[in-house]
Amino acid sequence: MTLHARFEKSVLPHLDAAYNLARWLTRNDQDAQDVVQEAYLRAFRYFEGLRGGDARAWLLAIVRNAGYTWLQKNRPAEVLALDDAAAVAAEAEVAGHAAPPETNPEVIVLQSVNRKLVNQALEDLPVAYREVLVMRELEDLSYKEIAAIAGVPIGTVMSRLARGRELLRRLLEIRMRKAS
Amino acid sequence: MATREDDDEPMIARDATYHRAPEELRARVRASVAAAAREERRPALWRAVALAGAFAAVAAVSWNLALLDAAPSAESLVERDLVAAHVRSLMPGHLEDVASSDQHTVKPWFAGKLDFSPPVHDLAAAGFPLAGGRLDYVGGRPVAALAYRYRLHVINVFVWPAPGSPDTAPRAAIRQGYSIVRWVHGGMAFHAVSDAEAAPLAALAEALDRAAD
Repeated sequence: MTLHARFEKSVLPHLDAAYNLARWLTRNDQDAQDVVQEAYLRAFRYFEGLRGGDARAWLLAIVRNAGYTWLQKNRPAEVLALDDAAAVAAEAEVAGHAAPPETNPEVIVLQSVNRKLVNQALEDLPVAYREVLVMRELEDLSYKEIAAIAGVPIGTVMSRLARGRELLRRLLEIRMRKAS
Repeated sequence: MATREDDDEPMIARDATYHRAPEELRARVRASVAAAAREERRPALWRAVALAGAFAAVAAVSWNLALLDAAPSAESLVERDLVAAHVRSLMPGHLEDVASSDQHTVKPWFAGKLDFSPPVHDLAAAGFPLAGGRLDYVGGRPVAALAYRYRLHVINVFVWPAPGSPDTAPRAAIRQGYSIVRWVHGGMAFHAVSDAEAAPLAALAEALDRAAD
């Protein structure tokens, strides 16, 4: 089987996963398509370096790289505001509409939440949290896989997940209150 | 689906949209990968050749440095400059200051940059298309360098005035694996340098002299 045929067989099937991640990174259809296209070309170039291993995680790491390159070029502020600075900024925004402390998060979770609101809240999340939530909850990747893809320790993945969920829940509360 | 790890927090993001790739993207990606696969097959050889060339150049230069004569003759110094200039010209972006196969573009470019006017002729008909020209520094003086292509090779022709010298037939020498063919024509000294063999360099010399007459 030629290199090209092997690539089509093992990497092309993960196009949906690639697109989903790129779409959540760029938050835009056309840009996500460009990122995926670029990532696939890069993946093909390095394909010989993939010996066995999980093609999906390998591809997603390349997509993430291409996505970040794209963000750095087109929306540098989003990438610069990583981690704590971003968390603080997001929190500051949340604080503006602080929910009463007695609000029970379960109430939100147990009812079927409006998908549109979840989408909006997730898009509002700083990219470092958004990406781990997408990889964990939509892509079902393990902590270990996410750590490898994002190039951070597992502990960081776990803390970003926890922090991301907390921020997401609060952003969602605001949106739900606005909607009702 | 992968096994769930024990996330002790509710998965809210789970309710977000899973964006599936549009069909046109699938087609686009497949097409561009297929194109890359076709590309890949062709330039592999090219890259190997370029890489080998680069290694050869580095090896040649270090070999030269290792064997550097304590008291080199003037001729050998010029040859060293010629090879060094040739090797440097092959590094990316160094081949020409004025890139053109049009002699009427290249020749005027030298005006005001040198105190002589080198003969510039496109020799594509003889198998040596002109690639461009640049200034170089050989034997302690600024000289004109004309870059020609010959098959996969680059030939640099260095030109400077040799007032009072009679015309000479091309003479070949090898230095560090590079062919150097030198001749004098119409009061100008010519040195053609390349990794091609001496024979095509001599052919270029003849073609250049014919065009100059």
